[in-house]
Amino acid sequence: MSAGTGDSVSLAAAGPILFDLVAVIVREQGRLSEIDGQTGDGDHGVNMGKGFRMAGERLRAQGEFTLPQGLATLGDTLLSDIGGSMGPLYGTFFTDMAEALDDTDRIDAPHFAAMLKAGLAAVQGLGDAKPGDKTLVDVLVPARDAFDAAQREGKSFADSLAVMKAAAEAGLEATRDLVAKVGRASRLGERSRGTLDAGAASCTMILSALADGLVQRLHA
Amino acid sequence: MNRIINDPEQVADDAIRGVLLAYPDILAATDHPRVLRAAKRRGEGKVGIVTGGGSGHEPAFLGFVGAGLCDAVACGEIFASPTAKSFHEAFKAADFGAGVACLYGNYAGDNMNVKMAVKLAAKDGLEVRTVVANDDVASAPRAERDKRRGVAGEIMMWKAAGACSDEGGDLGQVIAVAQKAIDNTGSVGIGLSACTIPAAGKPNFTIAPGMMEVGIGHHGEPGIAVMPVETARGMAGLMMDRILEDQTFASGDDVAVLVSGLGATPVMELYILYSHVDAILRERGITPRHRFVGNYFTSLEMMGASVSVTRLDGELDRLLAHPAHSLGLTVLGR
Repeated sequence: MSAGTGDSVSLAAAGPILFDLVAVIVREQGRLSEIDGQTGDGDHGVNMGKGFRMAGERLRAQGEFTLPQGLATLGDTLLSDIGGSMGPLYGTFFTDMAEALDDTDRIDAPHFAAMLKAGLAAVQGLGDAKPGDKTLVDVLVPARDAFDAAQREGKSFADSLAVMKAAAEAGLEATRDLVAKVGRASRLGERSRGTLDAGAASCTMILSALADGLVQRLHA
Repeated sequence: MNRIINDPEQVADDAIRGVLLAYPDILAATDHPRVLRAAKRRGEGKVGIVTGGGSGHEPAFLGFVGAGLCDAVACGEIFASPTAKSFHEAFKAADFGAGVACLYGNYAGDNMNVKMAVKLAAKDGLEVRTVVANDDVASAPRAERDKRRGVAGEIMMWKAAGACSDEGGDLGQVIAVAQKAIDNTGSVGIGLSACTIPAAGKPNFTIAPGMMEVGIGHHGEPGIAVMPVETARGMAGLMMDRILEDQTFASGDDVAVLVSGLGATPVMELYILYSHVDAILRERGITPRHRFVGNYFTSLEMMGASVSVTRLDGELDRLLAHPAHSLGLTVLGR
């Protein structure tokens, strides 16, 4: 079977999407630190860049890997080598997303939905963030909801990914008006209003790169 | 940035390397580069004490590993929690067969990484119980104590718990003593200048010249008031008002006091600050029985100081007097 059939992509063909995730975070690390510096301690980009760069090196050394194998390597790297809040949050996010693809060789819309659901559950299980607390949950929840709604409306996998990407971006933009309730920025209270959340920003970049990579391969 | 560093991203690892070379009699390396253990093991059947936290607070956290104190420490990046794996490895390094007490500060990252590490340890059959320090009275109202940050008062918690383990206390007793020590402790900081994470290259907050921030956190988290710099006497008054109104201190109480610099304040000025803290306590009929003044828990090159006061009962008084030896704290005993 070909790499992409229009409604699914083989996990082997989707593996290299990991390099797109690494590239976007490494490229945007300065901007992430800048966003974080407005409410946090300004190290979000530094730590994310370091973790994703390390994962990129490990993936290159690995050579061939499927999407879940790549996600697991990224997750393990963040868990074992990047601390802070983002190490465990993104670490379990990626490892649990990888586990959601355990029973398949191809990723289709239902598997993507399951993967996103597992990632969100991982983040919420570990942290205490609820929607509206100005965290990456404010990107993940609307992204998941939009993808699921698009599927219920009968949209194709590619169109559902586009809808999800737009919802993630809108979710990120909406964090500007929120007051941080958890994490270091919550110490600022009202003073955190008016800025984006750094974790929500990196999460949007990750979801967008994932969606773009899958869409490209759906018709490959 | 006028700093004595090499690669800004390697500062935490480079500092650990220096500490191990400088204090081989106190600290030893483990298989994990971010986990250090006491050179002298506490001994079979004793409760292991573990702490951990971000780098940039030296001598905390690694400076409180040693005889009578903690057995192992997990070190994070600057101002970032150690990984779950580091905490897990530290638990293993402090396992003497009687369980491990993990005593750390209340920050989102540390909470998550410790939670994951405790689960990993449980899979190995190692029991780890935790106490989360929340002594910074300026970081949230008393009704929301679970939101308060852990700051220099953690040292009282490590000291009491370490002594309790030395005395043969079991895990339940060590945890109870650590909890009591932190519950009885209130801390407040005052910042006089900002600090810069080397990898970030510039400070992410500012304190204008001639101003001070009362209640500032150990990473520059905003305080409760920004005002013109006061005299040392005035600063002591502001800090002690906060601490004494929060905790139920009464005339006749015995206390332990810790005054720590935040990194760039001359130690001489800490002595001046202590003299006023001491006077305020005595005016209220409160007796300082243990006094610690110096750079115990810093915030890179921030100027300023923190004051921590612990109300003592007979047990805490005895445990704080128990001998201890680490690079950050040495107590000779009575």
